Amino acid sequence: MSEMSDLYQELILDHKRNPRNFRDMPDATRAVDGHNPLCGDQLRLFVKVADGRVEDVSFIGVGCAISVASASMLTEAVRGKTVEEAQRLFAEMHDLLTSDHPHTDPAELGSLGALAGVHEYPMRVKCATLSWHTLDTALTGDEESVTTE
Amino acid sequence: MSAAVLSTPTGSWDVERVRRDFPVLGQQVHGHPLAYLDNAATTQKPQTVVEALDHYYHHDNSNVHRGVHALAERATRDFEGARESVRRFINARSTREIVFLRGTTEAINLVASSFGQGLREGDEVILTAMEHHANIVPWQLLRERTGIVLRVVPITPSGELDLDALPGLFGPRTRLLALTHASNALGTINPVESIIKAAHEHEVPVLLDGAQAVPHLRVDVQALDCDFYAFSGHKLFGPTGIGVLYGRERLLEAMPPYQGGGEMIRTVSFEKTTFAGLPHRFEAGTPDIAGAIGLGRAIEYLESLDWEGAMAHEARLLDHATERLQAVPGLRIIGQAHEKVPLVSFVMDDVHPHDMGTILDHRGLAVRAGHHCAMPVMTFYRVPATSRASMAFYNTFDEIDRLAEALRYAREMLA
Ligand SMILES: Cc1ncc(COP(=O)(O)O)c(C=O)c1O
Repeated sequence: MSEMSDLYQELILDHKRNPRNFRDMPDATRAVDGHNPLCGDQLRLFVKVADGRVEDVSFIGVGCAISVASASMLTEAVRGKTVEEAQRLFAEMHDLLTSDHPHTDPAELGSLGALAGVHEYPMRVKCATLSWHTLDTALTGDEESVTTE
Repeated sequence: MSAAVLSTPTGSWDVERVRRDFPVLGQQVHGHPLAYLDNAATTQKPQTVVEALDHYYHHDNSNVHRGVHALAERATRDFEGARESVRRFINARSTREIVFLRGTTEAINLVASSFGQGLREGDEVILTAMEHHANIVPWQLLRERTGIVLRVVPITPSGELDLDALPGLFGPRTRLLALTHASNALGTINPVESIIKAAHEHEVPVLLDGAQAVPHLRVDVQALDCDFYAFSGHKLFGPTGIGVLYGRERLLEAMPPYQGGGEMIRTVSFEKTTFAGLPHRFEAGTPDIAGAIGLGRAIEYLESLDWEGAMAHEARLLDHATERLQAVPGLRIIGQAHEKVPLVSFVMDDVHPHDMGTILDHRGLAVRAGHHCAMPVMTFYRVPATSRASMAFYNTFDEIDRLAEALRYAREMLA
């Protein structure tokens, strides 16, 4: 069994205590609700896309430390990226968090690599992937909401 | 600290001896001794129950009520013997009033669909704001089918029923009051005797959801004078897959069958089918024979214990847990009723129940985090979820102290 501190790394706790880009976005081009019915986590992710680029991204909501930190780190990671780059990042995060033999090297993901420890906690993986699925829907889908069910 | 508490004599209750009856409790989880504090979700099974299942499948496995061979006779005898154990345990008048089903959920669904067939548009069923979804959704489904009206007894901030509101809810079209005997989300034990009296004055029958009450209280359906009583075997130290509906014979007699099939008929032709008598009329298909036998054994096990000693131990555990948890900074107990079954629901500032669950699990402490299938209760307290430590007679003061200590640690780490 891994240590508690592998899951709750300082970086994750810092994002949980001071979530970045935690705000409403009235001029968003897309706003999507993400819901994890199992634990009641609920967030709303806003993106502003212009010329194929994510100009701004923010979120509001309530959730556990893992889901809030993951959403907060997501906003820092995808701001300024092209839609294609953001989608590639979603695919890499999904791989890192959910597959038993991820092809993605956490070291290459910068601070997002801190979330890799979640993989050891199967009951918590959905907490970390919620914001990423919400982002994917915001960028590529047309639904107004996603759930982890 | 914990040593001092442990050495305090706990009446005549020998918790260490009882724990030896439950081998599962002896294991390590993540390098710590397991402290199983999720008994409201399901209880552990004593060795004797596991042996009863094992014995049935090794020696007696057969279908019931169908064969004349030796195995069928033994299986039928033990299955019906378990029904008699259940009858004795809740003091029903007759085994005709004891229906074996999958659990509390199925028992309530049976009443909603069968008793519910007698209800018409505009008829009213009274529920309470502290019900488990199992005692809400079946009535909503009935509402969709027939247009009944649901009325809800509100709760007070301490987590008790607001009984001042009850008289105003009875009306000429009230057909049933369905409420929980004890709340799984708050722990509240409801004053069901006086509620049943009030309902009967209005000629309204009462269904009690006893899922959380039977493991902790002596239940006597005749003394309570309730009309239906539902509970699950797996929360009563028995197997999953088996549960009980007690129904007053006069009411059951008048109710149409719930499901159709084998076991529940007397004669079948394509023109006309006549149904079996009680309770088999409500038991279509092959039942969970092993489960019923296991439940019967669980009841015999409980009857072999010093029940008063067990209850006194549980009351002390609840007091101890309430005191210890209340002293943890940032912690708020949800549900502070005067009468409670031994469970404590709580939230902690800045620590989400899910993070709490993971941190506690890491120390071998099994608690439940979530909405406890009682979302209206969560809405009332404006929390998305709570953590819940729920105890049984085999828990120890030391386990509670470990919990309190881990909660302090969680807060230091996350807040
Ligand atoms: C009060 C209450 N009612 C009903 C149920 C449903 O029981 P089961 O899932 O065994 O049918 C539960 C169990 O969670 C409960 O606590």
